[in-house]
Amino acid sequence: MAETVATSPPHMDEGETRRDFLLIATGVVGAVGAGLAVWPFIHSMNPAADTLALASTGVNLAPVQVGQRITVVWRGKPVFIDHRPEADIKAAADVDLSKLVDPEPDSARVQKPEWLIVVGVCTHLGCIPLGQKSGENRGPYGGWFCPCHGSMYDTSGRIRQGPAPKNLVVPPYQFTADTTIKIG
Amino acid sequence: MEAPTWKNPVIGWIDRRLPIFTMMQHDLVDYPTPKNLNYWWNFGSLAGIVLVIMIATGVVLAMQYTPHVNHAFESVERIMRDVNYGWLLRYLHMNGASMFFIVVYIHMFRGLYYGSYKAPRELLWIIGVFILLAMMATAFMGYVLPWGQMSFWGATVITNLFSAIPLVGEYIVTWLWGGFSVDNATLNRFFSLHYLMPFVIFALVFLHLVALHTSKSNNPLGIDVKGPQDTIPFTPYYTAKDMFGLGVFMIVYLGFVFFAPNFFGEPDNYIKANPMVTPPHIVPEWYFLPFYAILRAITFDLFWGLIPAKLLGVIAMFGSIIVLVFLPWLDRSPVRSARFRPIYKQFFWIFLIDCFLLGYAGANPPEGYFVILGQVATAYYFAHFLIIIPLLGFLERPRPLPASISAAVTAKGAGVPARSAAE
Repeated sequence: MAETVATSPPHMDEGETRRDFLLIATGVVGAVGAGLAVWPFIHSMNPAADTLALASTGVNLAPVQVGQRITVVWRGKPVFIDHRPEADIKAAADVDLSKLVDPEPDSARVQKPEWLIVVGVCTHLGCIPLGQKSGENRGPYGGWFCPCHGSMYDTSGRIRQGPAPKNLVVPPYQFTADTTIKIG
Repeated sequence: MEAPTWKNPVIGWIDRRLPIFTMMQHDLVDYPTPKNLNYWWNFGSLAGIVLVIMIATGVVLAMQYTPHVNHAFESVERIMRDVNYGWLLRYLHMNGASMFFIVVYIHMFRGLYYGSYKAPRELLWIIGVFILLAMMATAFMGYVLPWGQMSFWGATVITNLFSAIPLVGEYIVTWLWGGFSVDNATLNRFFSLHYLMPFVIFALVFLHLVALHTSKSNNPLGIDVKGPQDTIPFTPYYTAKDMFGLGVFMIVYLGFVFFAPNFFGEPDNYIKANPMVTPPHIVPEWYFLPFYAILRAITFDLFWGLIPAKLLGVIAMFGSIIVLVFLPWLDRSPVRSARFRPIYKQFFWIFLIDCFLLGYAGANPPEGYFVILGQVATAYYFAHFLIIIPLLGFLERPRPLPASISAAVTAKGAGVPARSAAE
């Protein structure tokens, strides 16, 4: 018994020892290693390469008449394309920004005023608002109306009334020619 | 624990090396149970049996189901039409989910009424809350698998809840989906997790039982067991009573399966999922309706928009379950059973009615009168736990408690030692 005591490190009772250091270092390396090992599991659940590869969509706007709205699919979501008549453009531009939930001028939401392009997903909980087909309820602001929880959007796709916190999202797009666009 | 001696040499050989038979004898036969348990105590074992039925039917359904956006809906229809007894297995599984929630909700309200969450059973209760959360996740993901319109849009609405989280919300939603919308990747992972979760629940149920058999069962009087005269062995008394309750339960359960299998379902879920068309009225399954009402009750921002309504709704919805974790410490009354708490007893029933009102508000579109109803009922839900229950602990004068279970429930009072009477 006495021998066991004698072979113990002499600084046993004086705070840190090499054993403590090794213990902490091993623990830290183990924790970091476990953290790194977990990452592939988590990241595997993010969008895969083939999903990302489908991330852009080309659209020919030439056949879309003034006042007509079409829906195209981009990243599995509907994108609303609205060929806005003059009255709708004016209505969107004339709104007092201080009255908006998510203030944004119409000019910042379009590249060409006659073409409004927004993701057709309600910013509340992801339903698809009505208003694309003729005869559907467009709500009191002439834009879109979400049937799930009653959010109402104007002719610029901005939220005017209801639980949605944000305007309809404008997707990244560019005009590749006068009447063709590439979304994404 | 006194190890019993086994007559059968094979059982004895195994038991000396792995005492499973001793454990079964100890926990399923000898387990000393208060002799005054009423029928509300049947629902714990019923929940366990429903869990086993769900796992059994689920395992064979998974052998026929295809988790792919192009085949999922059709594979479920194939189960219904072509697979031998597929209709029976699917209807058992579908209605079993509803039965599971009915049984568990009754089990929980029994705990609320008789104060089963109080010391020394706090952990037992908290494990139960986690079982409820795990059940909700499992049921939600299972409802997505048939890939009908309600499956798809329910999944869209619920996963979008996470976008309310500040800064990282959008990334979390994309990560949950494995894409930019609810799609094939989402369906696949939901199937994987739906198969995993029941086994997590099974493990939690095991812990729930270990905790139960450590602190022992509560009883309708809410007073502690004072000695062997207050208890009877679990077998044969409560095994027989549980079996009888199981029979009654199966009549109800199979009644739905055979005569009204779609009673709890939504007709829209027999329309294949279409990501381009939202159904006009999205409702979750009935067992989520009160929580859905709480989610939608918050229509105002807090702190000048720092916490937007959407985030606040999500916090309130999860908070409505998390508050149960703290219940053992919110309730300061030393008396467990509502039988001896004249004021709490009344608030218990008001709370139950409030939960039904929340469900009613959740089932209806958020317009006009239903918005106010949902908001008032939500406010009352939280007031019950955060104001009424803590105050009652100080203000209420409980009625006198009986000297012992035996004194209260036997004719001669403290008299008959049940154990010796039974033997």
